Amino acid sequence: MAFLEVKGIHKNFGKTEVLKGIDFTMEQGEVLAIIGSSGSGKTTLLRCLNFLERADKGVFMLNGKEFFNAEKNYKDSEIREKHKHLGLVFQQFNLFPQYTVLKNVSLAVELTVNKKLPKDEKKKLFAQINENSKAILESVGLGDKINAYPCNLSGGQQQRVAIARALALSPDILCFDEPTSALDPELTGEVLRVIRELKNSMRTMIVVTHEMNFARGVADKVIFMAEGIIEEAGDPEQVFGNPKSERTKAFLEKSLENI
Amino acid sequence: MSFLEVTAQLANGFLTTLLIFGVTLVCALPLGLLINFGSMSKIPPIKWIMRTFIWIIRGTPLMLQIIIVFYGPGLLFGWSALPRLMAVLIAFVINYACYFSEIYRGGIESIPKGQYEAGQVLGMTKSQIFFKIVLFQVIKRIVPPMGNEIITLVKDTSLARVIMVVELVQAAQQIVAQKALLWPMFYIGAFYLLFSGLLTVVLNRVEKKLNYYSG
Repeated sequence: MAFLEVKGIHKNFGKTEVLKGIDFTMEQGEVLAIIGSSGSGKTTLLRCLNFLERADKGVFMLNGKEFFNAEKNYKDSEIREKHKHLGLVFQQFNLFPQYTVLKNVSLAVELTVNKKLPKDEKKKLFAQINENSKAILESVGLGDKINAYPCNLSGGQQQRVAIARALALSPDILCFDEPTSALDPELTGEVLRVIRELKNSMRTMIVVTHEMNFARGVADKVIFMAEGIIEEAGDPEQVFGNPKSERTKAFLEKSLENI
Repeated sequence: MSFLEVTAQLANGFLTTLLIFGVTLVCALPLGLLINFGSMSKIPPIKWIMRTFIWIIRGTPLMLQIIIVFYGPGLLFGWSALPRLMAVLIAFVINYACYFSEIYRGGIESIPKGQYEAGQVLGMTKSQIFFKIVLFQVIKRIVPPMGNEIITLVKDTSLARVIMVVELVQAAQQIVAQKALLWPMFYIGAFYLLFSGLLTVVLNRVEKKLNYYSG
Protein backbone atom coordinates (compact mmCIF):
# COMPACT_ATOMS: atom_id res chain seq x y z
CA MET A 1 0.00 0.00 0.00
CA ALA A 2 1.46 3.30 -1.06
CA PHE A 3 1.90 6.24 1.35
CA LEU A 4 0.26 8.67 -1.02
CA GLU A 5 -2.05 7.52 -3.72
CA VAL A 6 -3.49 10.02 -6.17
CA LYS A 7 -6.31 8.78 -8.35
CA GLY A 8 -8.01 10.41 -11.31
CA ILE A 9 -7.44 14.08 -10.54
CA HIS A 10 -9.25 16.43 -12.90
CA LYS A 11 -9.26 20.20 -12.71
CA ASN A 12 -10.91 22.74 -15.00
CA PHE A 13 -10.58 26.49 -14.96
CA GLY A 14 -13.72 27.58 -16.75
CA LYS A 15 -13.63 25.67 -20.02
CA THR A 16 -9.91 24.97 -19.91
CA GLU A 17 -9.10 21.48 -18.77
CA VAL A 18 -5.83 21.82 -16.88
CA LEU A 19 -5.58 18.37 -15.32
CA LYS A 20 -7.04 15.49 -17.31
CA GLY A 21 -6.81 12.58 -14.94
CA ILE A 22 -3.65 12.33 -12.89
CA ASP A 23 -2.72 9.08 -11.15
CA PHE A 24 0.43 8.32 -9.22
CA THR A 25 1.64 6.80 -6.00
CA MET A 26 4.60 7.41 -3.76
CA GLU A 27 6.14 5.81 -0.70
CA GLN A 28 7.14 7.32 2.59
CA GLY A 29 10.60 8.87 2.49
CA GLU A 30 10.56 9.14 -1.28
CA VAL A 31 11.27 12.25 -3.30
CA LEU A 32 9.06 12.75 -6.31
CA ALA A 33 10.13 15.27 -8.94
CA ILE A 34 7.54 16.67 -11.31
CA ILE A 35 8.94 18.15 -14.49
CA GLY A 36 7.37 19.53 -17.65
CA SER A 37 7.04 22.77 -19.58
CA SER A 38 5.05 25.76 -18.33
CA GLY A 39 1.34 25.25 -18.67
CA SER A 40 1.56 21.49 -18.39
CA GLY A 41 -0.37 21.52 -15.10
CA LYS A 42 2.45 20.77 -12.64
CA THR A 43 1.76 23.72 -10.40
CA THR A 44 -2.00 23.18 -10.55
CA LEU A 45 -1.48 19.58 -9.47
CA LEU A 46 0.58 20.73 -6.51
CA ARG A 47 -2.03 23.36 -5.62
CA CYS A 48 -4.77 20.73 -5.73
CA LEU A 49 -2.77 18.49 -3.41
CA ASN A 50 -2.41 21.43 -1.03
CA PHE A 51 -6.08 22.48 -1.26
CA LEU A 52 -5.28 25.88 -2.73
CA GLU A 53 -7.38 24.68 -5.63
CA ARG A 54 -10.13 22.15 -5.31
CA ALA A 55 -9.86 19.22 -7.68
CA ASP A 56 -13.09 18.67 -9.66
CA LYS A 57 -12.70 14.91 -9.71
CA GLY A 58 -10.45 12.42 -8.03
CA VAL A 59 -9.31 10.98 -4.72
CA PHE A 60 -6.18 11.22 -2.57
CA MET A 61 -5.34 8.43 -0.17
CA LEU A 62 -2.81 9.19 2.55
CA ASN A 63 -1.38 6.34 4.58
CA GLY A 64 -4.15 4.04 3.41
CA LYS A 65 -6.98 6.38 4.41
CA GLU A 66 -9.11 8.50 2.14
CA PHE A 67 -7.70 11.98 2.58
CA PHE A 68 -9.67 13.85 -0.04
CA ASN A 69 -12.50 12.90 -2.30
CA ALA A 70 -13.75 15.48 -4.81
CA GLU A 71 -17.29 14.17 -4.45
CA LYS A 72 -17.44 15.02 -0.77
CA ASN A 73 -17.98 18.39 0.80
CA TYR A 74 -15.56 19.43 3.49
CA LYS A 75 -15.98 22.11 6.13
CA ASP A 76 -13.37 24.86 6.32
CA SER A 77 -12.15 23.39 9.59
CA GLU A 78 -11.66 19.97 7.98
CA ILE A 79 -9.66 21.48 5.13
CA ARG A 80 -7.55 23.39 7.67
CA GLU A 81 -6.82 20.14 9.46
CA LYS A 82 -5.77 18.58 6.13
CA HIS A 83 -3.46 21.51 5.41
CA LYS A 84 -1.40 20.51 8.41
CA HIS A 85 -0.53 17.15 6.83
CA LEU A 86 1.01 18.89 3.83
CA GLY A 87 3.57 21.64 3.63
CA LEU A 88 4.09 23.90 0.64
CA VAL A 89 7.09 26.02 -0.24
CA PHE A 90 6.22 28.68 -2.81
CA GLN A 91 8.19 29.93 -5.75
CA GLN A 92 7.95 33.49 -4.39
CA PHE A 93 8.66 32.47 -0.75
CA ASN A 94 5.64 34.43 0.56
CA LEU A 95 7.25 35.12 3.91
CA PHE A 96 5.45 37.45 6.31
CA PRO A 97 7.45 40.67 5.95
CA GLN A 98 6.48 42.22 9.28
CA TYR A 99 7.76 39.34 11.37
CA THR A 100 11.28 38.24 12.22
CA VAL A 101 12.64 35.06 10.72
CA LEU A 102 11.94 33.23 13.99
CA LYS A 103 8.38 34.48 14.20
CA ASN A 104 7.77 33.49 10.58
CA VAL A 105 8.61 29.93 11.55
CA SER A 106 6.87 29.83 14.92
CA LEU A 107 3.67 31.80 14.17
CA ALA A 108 1.55 29.02 12.67
CA VAL A 109 2.54 26.59 15.43
CA GLU A 110 1.77 29.17 18.11
CA LEU A 111 -1.68 29.63 16.64
CA THR A 112 -2.43 25.96 17.20
CA VAL A 113 -1.97 26.40 20.95
CA ASN A 114 -5.26 26.23 22.82
CA LYS A 115 -6.01 29.70 24.20
CA LYS A 116 -7.86 28.29 27.17
CA LEU A 117 -4.83 26.56 28.67
CA PRO A 118 -3.56 27.88 32.01
CA LYS A 119 -1.01 30.66 31.68
CA ASP A 120 2.08 28.82 32.84
CA GLU A 121 1.32 25.86 30.61
CA LYS A 122 0.95 28.16 27.64
CA LYS A 123 4.22 29.83 28.53
CA LYS A 124 5.94 26.47 28.57
CA LEU A 125 4.46 25.51 25.22
CA PHE A 126 5.51 28.80 23.64
CA ALA A 127 9.05 28.40 24.94
CA GLN A 128 9.11 24.92 23.49
CA ILE A 129 7.83 26.14 20.13
CA ASN A 130 10.48 28.84 20.15
CA GLU A 131 13.27 26.35 20.84
CA ASN A 132 11.95 24.00 18.20
CA SER A 133 11.75 26.81 15.62
CA LYS A 134 15.30 27.84 16.40
CA ALA A 135 16.48 24.26 15.95
CA ILE A 136 14.77 24.04 12.56
CA LEU A 137 16.34 27.33 11.46
CA GLU A 138 19.68 26.04 12.70
CA SER A 139 19.21 22.95 10.52
CA VAL A 140 18.70 25.03 7.36
CA GLY A 141 21.81 27.05 8.23
CA LEU A 142 20.09 30.21 9.46
CA GLY A 143 20.77 29.98 13.18
CA ASP A 144 22.42 33.41 13.10
CA LYS A 145 19.52 35.11 11.30
CA ILE A 146 16.63 34.40 13.66
CA ASN A 147 16.12 38.06 14.54
CA ALA A 148 16.49 39.41 11.00
CA TYR A 149 13.52 40.48 8.88
CA PRO A 150 12.87 38.80 5.53
CA CYS A 151 13.63 42.01 3.60
CA ASN A 152 17.20 41.89 4.90
CA LEU A 153 17.87 38.40 3.58
CA SER A 154 18.98 37.17 0.18
CA GLY A 155 16.50 35.21 -1.93
CA GLY A 156 18.19 31.95 -1.08
CA GLN A 157 18.03 32.69 2.63
CA GLN A 158 14.37 33.71 2.34
CA GLN A 159 13.56 30.45 0.63
CA ARG A 160 15.34 28.54 3.39
CA VAL A 161 13.21 30.38 5.95
CA ALA A 162 10.15 29.36 3.94
CA ILE A 163 11.30 25.73 4.09
CA ALA A 164 11.82 26.02 7.86
CA ARG A 165 8.36 27.56 8.20
CA ALA A 166 6.79 24.63 6.36
CA LEU A 167 8.78 22.12 8.42
CA ALA A 168 7.66 23.66 11.71
CA LEU A 169 4.27 21.98 11.45
CA SER A 170 5.96 18.63 10.70
CA PRO A 171 3.91 17.83 7.60
CA ASP A 172 3.68 14.28 6.29
CA ILE A 173 4.59 15.46 2.82
CA LEU A 174 6.52 18.60 1.97
CA CYS A 175 5.81 20.10 -1.44
CA PHE A 176 7.93 22.58 -3.37
CA ASP A 177 6.58 24.70 -6.21
CA GLU A 178 9.63 25.58 -8.33
CA PRO A 179 11.59 26.55 -5.23
CA THR A 180 14.55 27.97 -7.13
CA SER A 181 12.84 29.66 -10.09
CA ALA A 182 12.74 33.09 -8.44
CA LEU A 183 16.37 32.94 -7.37
CA ASP A 184 19.56 34.25 -8.92
CA PRO A 185 21.49 31.30 -10.35
CA GLU A 186 24.25 31.54 -7.73
CA LEU A 187 21.66 31.22 -4.93
CA THR A 188 19.92 28.06 -6.12
CA GLY A 189 22.67 25.81 -4.72
CA GLU A 190 22.02 26.59 -1.05
CA VAL A 191 18.30 25.84 -1.42
CA LEU A 192 18.85 22.62 -3.32
CA ARG A 193 21.39 21.56 -0.70
CA VAL A 194 18.74 21.95 2.03
CA ILE A 195 16.29 19.83 0.04
CA ARG A 196 18.99 17.19 -0.42
CA GLU A 197 19.63 17.14 3.32
CA LEU A 198 15.91 16.72 3.94
CA LYS A 199 15.95 13.70 1.67
CA ASN A 200 18.73 12.21 3.77
CA SER A 201 16.54 12.56 6.85
CA MET A 202 13.81 10.59 5.04
CA ARG A 203 11.38 13.45 4.38
CA THR A 204 8.66 12.62 1.91
CA MET A 205 8.75 15.37 -0.70
CA ILE A 206 7.17 16.40 -3.98
CA VAL A 207 9.24 18.88 -5.94
CA VAL A 208 8.02 20.69 -9.03
CA THR A 209 11.21 21.84 -10.66
CA HIS A 210 13.01 23.04 -13.73
CA GLU A 211 16.37 21.93 -12.35
CA MET A 212 16.89 18.78 -14.41
CA ASN A 213 20.20 17.85 -12.84
CA PHE A 214 18.69 18.19 -9.41
CA ALA A 215 15.67 16.07 -10.35
CA ARG A 216 17.92 13.42 -11.80
CA GLY A 217 20.29 13.42 -8.84
CA VAL A 218 17.87 13.62 -5.94
CA ALA A 219 14.50 12.21 -6.96
CA ASP A 220 13.52 8.59 -6.44
CA LYS A 221 10.80 8.99 -8.99
CA VAL A 222 10.19 11.45 -11.82
CA ILE A 223 6.94 12.42 -13.44
CA PHE A 224 6.96 14.26 -16.75
CA MET A 225 3.73 16.16 -17.36
CA ALA A 226 2.45 17.51 -20.64
CA GLU A 227 -0.89 19.16 -21.35
CA GLY A 228 -2.54 17.98 -18.18
CA ILE A 229 -1.57 14.33 -18.25
CA ILE A 230 1.37 12.30 -17.00
CA GLU A 231 3.24 11.60 -20.19
CA GLU A 232 5.95 9.53 -18.58
CA ALA A 233 6.82 8.35 -15.08
CA GLY A 234 9.56 6.23 -13.64
CA ASP A 235 12.87 6.31 -11.83
CA PRO A 236 15.18 9.13 -12.90
CA GLU A 237 17.60 6.96 -14.82
CA GLN A 238 14.78 5.64 -16.94
CA VAL A 239 13.03 8.99 -17.58
CA PHE A 240 16.21 10.95 -18.18
CA GLY A 241 18.43 8.22 -19.60
CA ASN A 242 15.99 6.26 -21.67
CA PRO A 243 12.72 8.16 -22.21
CA LYS A 244 10.07 6.20 -24.05
CA SER A 245 7.82 9.04 -25.12
CA GLU A 246 8.76 11.30 -28.02
CA ARG A 247 7.43 14.27 -26.09
CA THR A 248 9.65 13.52 -23.10
CA LYS A 249 12.63 13.21 -25.41
CA ALA A 250 11.87 16.54 -27.07
CA PHE A 251 11.36 18.28 -23.72
CA LEU A 252 14.58 16.91 -22.25
CA GLU A 253 16.59 17.80 -25.32
CA LYS A 254 15.29 21.35 -25.15
CA SER A 255 15.91 21.68 -21.40
CA LEU A 256 19.42 20.37 -21.69
CA GLU A 257 20.13 22.62 -24.65
CA ASN A 258 19.50 25.61 -22.40
CA ILE A 259 22.16 24.51 -19.91
CA MET B 1 -11.29 93.26 23.11
CA SER B 2 -7.73 92.36 23.99
CA PHE B 3 -5.61 89.74 22.27
CA LEU B 4 -5.84 87.51 25.33
CA GLU B 5 -9.62 87.76 25.52
CA VAL B 6 -9.93 86.90 21.84
CA THR B 7 -7.53 83.99 22.27
CA ALA B 8 -9.52 82.65 25.22
CA GLN B 9 -12.78 82.83 23.29
CA LEU B 10 -11.27 81.19 20.23
CA ALA B 11 -9.66 78.51 22.38
CA ASN B 12 -13.14 77.65 23.56
CA GLY B 13 -14.25 77.13 19.97
CA PHE B 14 -11.08 75.21 19.26
CA LEU B 15 -11.99 72.72 22.00
CA THR B 16 -15.17 71.91 20.08
CA THR B 17 -13.09 71.56 16.92
CA LEU B 18 -10.82 69.12 18.73
CA LEU B 19 -13.81 67.21 20.07
CA ILE B 20 -15.30 66.77 16.60
CA PHE B 21 -11.90 65.77 15.28
CA GLY B 22 -11.20 63.26 18.07
CA VAL B 23 -14.61 61.59 18.17
CA THR B 24 -14.71 61.30 14.38
CA LEU B 25 -11.30 59.69 14.24
CA VAL B 26 -11.88 57.25 17.09
CA CYS B 27 -15.30 56.11 15.81
CA ALA B 28 -14.77 56.29 12.04
CA LEU B 29 -11.56 54.22 11.93
CA PRO B 30 -13.20 50.99 13.19
CA LEU B 31 -16.56 51.76 11.55
CA GLY B 32 -14.71 52.25 8.26
CA LEU B 33 -13.22 48.77 8.57
CA LEU B 34 -16.68 47.36 9.14
CA ILE B 35 -18.11 49.20 6.12
CA ASN B 36 -15.15 47.96 4.13
CA PHE B 37 -15.94 44.35 5.05
CA GLY B 38 -19.47 45.02 3.80
CA SER B 39 -18.30 46.53 0.52
CA MET B 40 -15.87 43.63 -0.05
CA SER B 41 -18.43 41.03 1.01
CA LYS B 42 -18.89 37.93 -1.13
CA ILE B 43 -22.65 38.16 -0.57
CA PRO B 44 -23.89 40.36 -3.43
CA PRO B 45 -26.79 42.17 -1.67
CA ILE B 46 -24.57 43.25 1.24
CA LYS B 47 -21.86 44.32 -1.15
CA TRP B 48 -24.20 46.38 -3.33
CA ILE B 49 -26.04 48.00 -0.43
CA MET B 50 -22.71 49.02 1.10
CA ARG B 51 -21.32 50.28 -2.19
CA THR B 52 -24.46 52.32 -2.86
CA PHE B 53 -24.26 53.76 0.63
CA ILE B 54 -20.61 54.74 0.10
CA TRP B 55 -21.55 56.29 -3.23
CA ILE B 56 -24.27 58.41 -1.62
CA ILE B 57 -22.07 59.56 1.25
CA ARG B 58 -19.06 60.34 -0.91
CA GLY B 59 -21.22 61.81 -3.65
CA THR B 60 -22.91 64.49 -1.53
CA PRO B 61 -21.41 67.40 0.45
CA LEU B 62 -20.68 66.77 4.11
CA MET B 63 -22.40 70.10 4.81
CA LEU B 64 -25.63 68.75 3.34
CA GLN B 65 -25.28 65.55 5.37
CA ILE B 66 -24.97 67.56 8.59
CA ILE B 67 -28.15 69.46 7.72
CA ILE B 68 -30.00 66.24 6.91
CA VAL B 69 -28.97 64.51 10.14
CA PHE B 70 -30.03 67.57 12.14
CA TYR B 71 -33.30 68.51 10.41
CA GLY B 72 -34.22 65.27 8.63
CA PRO B 73 -35.68 63.22 11.49
CA GLY B 74 -37.90 66.14 12.56
CA LEU B 75 -39.16 66.90 9.06
CA LEU B 76 -39.72 63.28 8.07
CA PHE B 77 -40.96 61.70 11.28
CA GLY B 78 -41.77 64.61 13.53
CA TRP B 79 -39.10 63.55 15.99
CA SER B 80 -37.48 66.12 18.22
CA ALA B 81 -34.13 67.24 16.87
CA LEU B 82 -30.87 65.78 18.13
CA PRO B 83 -28.54 68.04 20.10
CA ARG B 84 -26.60 70.05 17.51
CA LEU B 85 -23.19 68.68 18.42
CA MET B 86 -24.53 65.12 18.37
CA ALA B 87 -25.92 65.63 14.84
CA VAL B 88 -22.55 66.94 13.71
CA LEU B 89 -20.71 64.00 15.23
CA ILE B 90 -23.03 61.45 13.59
CA ALA B 91 -22.66 63.05 10.17
CA PHE B 92 -18.88 63.29 10.50
CA VAL B 93 -18.42 59.72 11.71
CA ILE B 94 -20.51 58.27 8.88
CA ASN B 95 -18.91 60.47 6.25
CA TYR B 96 -15.35 59.74 7.31
CA ALA B 97 -16.01 56.04 7.87
CA CYS B 98 -16.98 55.80 4.18
CA TYR B 99 -13.80 57.53 3.04
CA PHE B 100 -11.71 55.39 5.39
CA SER B 101 -13.42 52.23 4.15
CA GLU B 102 -12.25 52.96 0.62
CA ILE B 103 -8.71 53.49 1.88
CA TYR B 104 -8.88 50.16 3.70
CA ARG B 105 -10.15 48.52 0.53
CA GLY B 106 -7.23 49.86 -1.49
CA GLY B 107 -4.84 48.63 1.20
CA ILE B 108 -6.36 45.17 1.46
CA GLU B 109 -6.49 44.71 -2.30
CA SER B 110 -2.80 45.61 -2.57
CA ILE B 111 -1.70 42.69 -0.37
CA PRO B 112 -0.37 39.88 -2.61
CA LYS B 113 -2.47 36.72 -2.84
CA GLY B 114 0.58 34.73 -1.76
CA GLN B 115 0.28 36.09 1.78
CA TYR B 116 -3.19 34.57 2.11
CA GLU B 117 -2.08 31.31 0.52
CA ALA B 118 0.93 31.06 2.84
CA GLY B 119 -1.44 31.39 5.80
CA GLN B 120 -3.83 28.87 4.29
CA VAL B 121 -1.25 26.14 3.74
CA LEU B 122 -0.10 26.68 7.33
CA GLY B 123 -3.62 25.78 8.44
CA MET B 124 -4.62 29.24 9.67
CA THR B 125 -8.24 30.32 9.91
CA LYS B 126 -9.52 33.20 7.79
CA SER B 127 -9.58 35.53 10.76
CA GLN B 128 -6.08 34.50 11.83
CA ILE B 129 -4.85 35.24 8.33
CA PHE B 130 -6.51 38.65 8.39
CA PHE B 131 -5.55 39.75 11.89
CA LYS B 132 -2.13 38.08 12.22
CA ILE B 133 -0.79 38.52 8.71
CA VAL B 134 -2.71 40.92 6.49
CA LEU B 135 -3.92 43.72 8.77
CA PHE B 136 -0.53 44.96 9.85
CA GLN B 137 0.70 45.11 6.27
CA VAL B 138 -2.46 46.98 5.33
CA ILE B 139 -1.90 49.50 8.11
CA LYS B 140 1.62 50.15 6.91
CA ARG B 141 0.39 50.76 3.39
CA ILE B 142 -2.52 53.02 4.28
CA VAL B 143 -0.80 55.37 6.71
CA PRO B 144 0.07 57.93 4.00
CA PRO B 145 -3.45 58.16 2.46
CA MET B 146 -5.03 58.03 5.93
CA GLY B 147 -2.78 60.90 6.99
CA ASN B 148 -4.05 62.92 4.08
CA GLU B 149 -7.64 62.28 5.09
CA ILE B 150 -6.92 63.07 8.74
CA ILE B 151 -5.42 66.45 7.83
CA THR B 152 -8.51 67.16 5.73
CA LEU B 153 -10.68 66.29 8.72
CA VAL B 154 -9.01 69.02 10.78
CA LYS B 155 -10.30 71.63 8.36
CA ASP B 156 -13.63 69.95 7.62
CA THR B 157 -14.63 70.42 11.26
CA SER B 158 -15.44 74.01 10.31
CA LEU B 159 -18.52 72.72 8.46
CA ALA B 160 -20.17 72.16 11.85
CA ARG B 161 -21.09 75.85 11.95
CA VAL B 162 -23.75 75.23 9.32
CA ILE B 163 -26.03 74.19 12.21
CA MET B 164 -24.59 76.78 14.57
CA VAL B 165 -22.16 74.59 16.48
CA VAL B 166 -19.56 76.98 17.82
CA GLU B 167 -16.31 75.51 16.60
CA LEU B 168 -13.27 77.59 15.75
CA VAL B 169 -14.51 79.42 12.66
CA GLN B 170 -17.91 80.08 14.22
CA ALA B 171 -16.21 81.41 17.36
CA ALA B 172 -14.25 83.85 15.22
CA GLN B 173 -17.36 84.72 13.24
CA GLN B 174 -19.15 85.68 16.47
CA ILE B 175 -16.35 88.05 17.42
CA VAL B 176 -16.45 89.56 13.95
CA ALA B 177 -20.19 90.12 14.23
CA GLN B 178 -20.31 91.33 17.84
CA LYS B 179 -17.14 93.39 18.12
CA ALA B 180 -16.63 94.43 14.51
CA LEU B 181 -13.10 93.02 14.61
CA LEU B 182 -11.83 91.23 11.50
CA TRP B 183 -8.37 90.07 12.62
CA PRO B 184 -9.57 87.14 14.79
CA MET B 185 -10.77 85.55 11.56
CA PHE B 186 -7.20 85.58 10.25
CA TYR B 187 -5.81 84.59 13.59
CA ILE B 188 -7.63 81.23 13.62
CA GLY B 189 -5.50 80.19 10.64
CA ALA B 190 -2.64 79.85 13.12
CA PHE B 191 -4.67 77.39 15.20
CA TYR B 192 -5.30 75.17 12.20
CA LEU B 193 -1.71 75.39 11.02
CA LEU B 194 -0.31 74.52 14.41
CA PHE B 195 -2.62 71.59 14.85
CA SER B 196 -2.10 70.15 11.39
CA GLY B 197 1.64 70.72 11.79
CA LEU B 198 1.58 68.67 14.96
CA LEU B 199 -0.39 65.91 13.23
CA THR B 200 2.07 65.88 10.33
CA VAL B 201 4.93 65.31 12.77
CA VAL B 202 3.05 62.48 14.50
CA LEU B 203 2.07 60.85 11.20
CA ASN B 204 5.66 61.02 9.96
CA ARG B 205 6.81 59.32 13.14
CA VAL B 206 4.25 56.54 12.69
CA GLU B 207 5.35 56.08 9.10
CA LYS B 208 8.98 55.89 10.15
CA LYS B 209 8.18 53.41 12.88
CA LEU B 210 6.41 51.12 10.43
CA ASN B 211 9.37 51.34 8.08
CA TYR B 212 11.39 48.80 10.06
CA TYR B 213 10.73 46.42 7.20
CA SER B 214 10.21 47.00 3.51
CA GLY B 215 7.64 45.34 1.29
